[in-house]
This record gives sequence, C-alpha cells and structure tokens, in this order.
Amino acid sequence: MGQTLFDKIWDAHVVSSSEGFPDILYIDTHFIHEVTSPQAFDGLRQRGLPVFRPKQTVATADHNVPTIDQHLPIKEELSRYQVDMLTKNCKEFGVELYGLGHPYQGIVHVIGPELGITRPGGTYVCGDSHTSTHGAFGAIAFGIGTSQVEQVLATQCLLQSRPKRMKIEVNGKLQKGVGAKDIILYIISQISAAGGTGYAVEYAGDTIRSLSMEGRMTICNMSIEMGARCGLIAPDETTINYVKGREFAPKGEEWDKAVAYWKTLYSDADASFDEVLSFKAEDIEPMITYGTNPGMGIGVTQHVPETASFEAKEQGSYKKALDYMGLHDDETLLGKPIDYVFIGSCTNSRIEDLRQVAEFVKGKHKADNVTVWVVPGSKQVQQQAIAEGLDKIFNEAGFPLREPGCSACLGMNEDKIPAGKYCVSTSNRNFEGRQGPNSRTFLASPLTAAASAITGVVTDIREFLKEEVV
Amino acid sequence: MATKIFKHIQTTIVPLPIENIDTDQIIPARFLKATTRDGFGNNLFRDWRYEGDGAPKADFVLNDPNFSGKVLVAGKNFGCGSSREHAAWAISDYGFDAVVSSFFADIFKGNALNNGLLPVQVSDDFLKKIFDAVYADHKAEVEIDLKSQTIKISSTGEQESFEINPYKKACLINGYDDIDYILSQKGKIEEFEVAR
Repeated sequence: MGQTLFDKIWDAHVVSSSEGFPDILYIDTHFIHEVTSPQAFDGLRQRGLPVFRPKQTVATADHNVPTIDQHLPIKEELSRYQVDMLTKNCKEFGVELYGLGHPYQGIVHVIGPELGITRPGGTYVCGDSHTSTHGAFGAIAFGIGTSQVEQVLATQCLLQSRPKRMKIEVNGKLQKGVGAKDIILYIISQISAAGGTGYAVEYAGDTIRSLSMEGRMTICNMSIEMGARCGLIAPDETTINYVKGREFAPKGEEWDKAVAYWKTLYSDADASFDEVLSFKAEDIEPMITYGTNPGMGIGVTQHVPETASFEAKEQGSYKKALDYMGLHDDETLLGKPIDYVFIGSCTNSRIEDLRQVAEFVKGKHKADNVTVWVVPGSKQVQQQAIAEGLDKIFNEAGFPLREPGCSACLGMNEDKIPAGKYCVSTSNRNFEGRQGPNSRTFLASPLTAAASAITGVVTDIREFLKEEVV
Repeated sequence: MATKIFKHIQTTIVPLPIENIDTDQIIPARFLKATTRDGFGNNLFRDWRYEGDGAPKADFVLNDPNFSGKVLVAGKNFGCGSSREHAAWAISDYGFDAVVSSFFADIFKGNALNNGLLPVQVSDDFLKKIFDAVYADHKAEVEIDLKSQTIKISSTGEQESFEINPYKKACLINGYDDIDYILSQKGKIEEFEVAR
C-alpha cells in the first residue's frame, strides 16, 4: 500500500511513537509573533529552561502593529507593550526577530515563504491558526495554542496525534475572473466550516496544479476555515521555482540534494485517504460570504438561503447570523452598497494579489461611498509594489497602500471597520465583530473586492471583464 | 510543572444553544493584548455579554441570574476559528471546568485539555436532552466523571459516555505535564537531529 504525501512527511518527523501516547513530532521551524508568545516565554522562565533550538525559531511583529507611520513609536499603549515584550523575549532567549523597521518584517505566513524558510517536506508551527498557509509548499504546517508554543520553544517538538487524511480534488478550467480565493470559499461553502475537522487535507487535481504559489497559499491558508488541521499541496516545478534563490533556501549541492528529495513528495497512486471529495472548476463562480462563518458563502449571483431550508435546530443560529449581517432570506447581495474594502491579510496580501488588483484598477477610481485600505503582507511586498509603481496606480484610484501587518483582518490595531458598516474583505474570517465591534464582513477575492470598491456596491467582476473584451 | 487536575463534578449548567461559536466571540482580538494568562474571564463573550458602553445585555445567558454553574453547554462546532488559547483561559478564568458540545474544533479542544478545561463531546440527541432539562428546570444538574468518561443528567439519570485521548486523560487525572514528558525523551530528540 502506498503512502499519502502527508504520511511521508509525518513519518520523517516522528521522534518517538509509543502505544497510547500521541507521537512526538519534530518541528523544523517555529514561527512566533507578539500575541501568542509572551505567556510561553514566561513559562520557560518559570521552568528555568532555554529555547531548545533558537536558530529554528523565527519571530516577527504583525498582529498588533499600526499600518501607517511604522517608523514612529506605537501609539496604543498595550500594543506597544506587547511588541516591546516580544523584542525583549527574543533578545533574552536568542531568537531572530524581524520586528518593526526590519526589511523582512511582515505577516508571519507571508514572510516564511518569501524568505525561503518554508520548504517542501518540512514541519512548521506557529501560535496562529493560519499556519496552514505553509502547506502550499508540500509541508505539514498548522496552528497551535500558547501552551504548545511553550512546548516547541522548550523541546523543538510537539505532542500530536496523527489526523485522518482527506483529498480534495478540483479539476477543470476556471471561468475568467475566478481565482484561488473563490475555489477555497466554494469548497468551504460546500462542506461547511466544520467539514474538515480532524483531517489533514491534500488539495489535488489539474485546477490546483495550475495555480501559482500565491494561489496555492490562499487555498491552504483557509483550510482551517473548514476546521482542517492542515492543508497541503504536493510540490512540483512551480514550487521549486518559487523557492529557488530565496534568502534562506538551500544553495549549491544542498539545493540539488533538497530538490531530489522534494521530488519524492507526492501521494502514491495507491495511497488511501479516509475521505475523497471532487469538485469541478466550471461550477465555481466568483464567491462572496453573506453570514458569520466562512462556510456561509454563495456565488455572487446567487441569493441568500431561506431559513426554512435549514434543519429546525440550526434555524436559530442561522437567523442570528442574518440579523447580525442586516440581511434577509432570499436577498441578493449584487448591488448592495458597501462602506469599506480591505485588501490584505495572510490570505491575500502577496505581490501577485497586489499586481492583480493594480492591473484591474488602473485608470479607474473608487466610489465616493467606499474607504479602501490596501495592506501589503510584508515589507518586501511593500517595497516590490513601490518598485513596480503599483503604489502610484493605487493612489490614483483612491486605494492608498499602507504598511505591512494583519490590520483589519482582526482589528487588533487601529484598522477597525466601524459598527454596522459593510466591508468587502479579502481576509479569511467573517465572524461577528472580527473586523471591529459590530462590523459586517463579506469575504471575497481581491478582484471582487477591487471591483466592488470601484462601483461602491457588491459587484460581479465578470461584468467588467465582459466590457473589457468588447 | 503540574497541569490543573480535573475532578469529578456535579453542577448546574449554563446553556448557550448557538452553533459555530468561534474564538473571536469567546474572546475578541482586542482583548488579546495582555501578556499574562489571568483576567480573561472578565471579557468572556464580551460583545454578546455587554453593550459598547459596558452595560450588561440582559438577554445574554451569563447575565441571566437563572443560570449559573461549572459547565457551559453549547451548540456544535464550538471553538472554531483562531488558535488563541486565550479562549480556553477566558472560559476557565470565568469559572467553568468543562464545556459540553456535540462537536469541537480541533485547536480549541487541544488548548482546553492543556488547561484542565474538559471538552465533553456528546451526541446531538444527548445535547438536546441537556438543553431540554435545563430549560425545564434551571437548577438541573449534570455530573461529569472523567475516570469512567461519562456524563449524566442528574434529574433523569440519562447518561452517555464520551471520548478522550488516553494520554490526555492521564494528564488531567494525575496533573502530568506535556513538556516534562517530552523532555524525558530529550536523548531521542538529539539522536533524531543527528540521524536526519
């Protein structure tokens, strides 16, 4: 019997496996940030332990940082204290920190890949659920809690039970205007926000294979939004070409050796999965969410489901979600006025996302009723965007380019959507209050967000693309 | 270091029959700026529990004097979303010893177990029975016994068994600590690093 990609990587990282115990899994790189690490460092101090492998630990400040005037001290006292605490902890324990002002600073799931730290066949964890992003390289990567952050700092290992394996195939040709974000929002809308719980999900099929690394990261990033432990995609030439030459990627002989190993990383033809799902690319429209979890998504031309279409015990939660969103049964979102557009987050803030938005908005201008924030995923993305002149295109369109951070994805800094306002957001969560108390989030792709910013209402990007063809 | 030990409990319950309760509801991101593990209970379910000006919302269960107890009972897919352990800390800090639901999100379940907060997964039917019992009589109690892995509705005697990883069960009963366990295998970790 062949092995799945997931099992090949897992088995290569098991330090010890005992009956009745979870496996002790070796972690190649541990990413940390300011929000979920301070209590873990305190734990080490209380135990009198050092960081076991500081060179395999990488830190950045992202969740709490402002996205304007980053050269000035952080105004908000608690945020500043937390970021300062990270700096102090990294210094005391000998951990490399890409903090504010560092040319490598950025959202932890953007900088790992762009620096060549994330590689095929590796194991990566971080006290952040979107660590699943790194699985796009054919790696095992998942989010952990702070007690586990302490565990990995203390031992470079994690106690973990092996999850079940699921394969999700997407085959066929995508419609124009439909991209990676639409694919993953579609999958989650089909299997629900809990449909992947307990599984490691491998994405496969020719549609997935045709995606860039940025697109694959968008897909794996949202694996957690269907509850999956992690998501991964077998490495191929696209992966290898992306990693090659990056700052911390292997070089010379080490590179050749690494590539030879990476080429063995795929699910064998006779590998067995606990669950296999298949979707057709042609069925996927530009997607938008209407509710308060990422499973509540529809094609942009579809109508909000009727309460009566749900089982009786689910109707209360469903009504609560629609009330929160200010929507009603059978409503269409197309043409609904919006207030904010947020282009950013670990889901959609990479250079490809910014290029795609810039190409679309060039020569256009945002609607008067909309405030737009474009927040790059990292300092490197920001610099690249400026080098390519994207910032000028954005400025002319009324889409100011800010500085890197998690920003309005979770509103820990000042970038909050006001109460009752609608935001078309390229981020990953539409939970109540996620973008600010009583804010209302429509999750969508960067293209759908950009088109909606131009018109001021929820828009089907395909309408623009039709005009452009004519 | 010892983990908090879970003891047999018999208690009244707090019902929250909402599905897909995510960790942003349990503890909103703006309250994650603390650098210790204490005090998160004050902001548990903050935006469901309080108005923007801090006034309690009378219709939220934590503000309803009819309901109290050591066990929170919630709809399916409890704890989905962010990996923030602050969610488990907030629930514990508020005074709950266990959460009962018909389905838990993965990371939350792990975080709860690492903090001596017991996630008890029951069937949809049993969950409904608990809700029915507590809405019929606010003083209805449940008993949770970790050793036998059972949960019982005291008034009706109906009970169900629940699953828990045997290692995590031993940790909760004996106060064992994951880091102590892994460090006892330190030699193997170093051998692994050399061999690969």
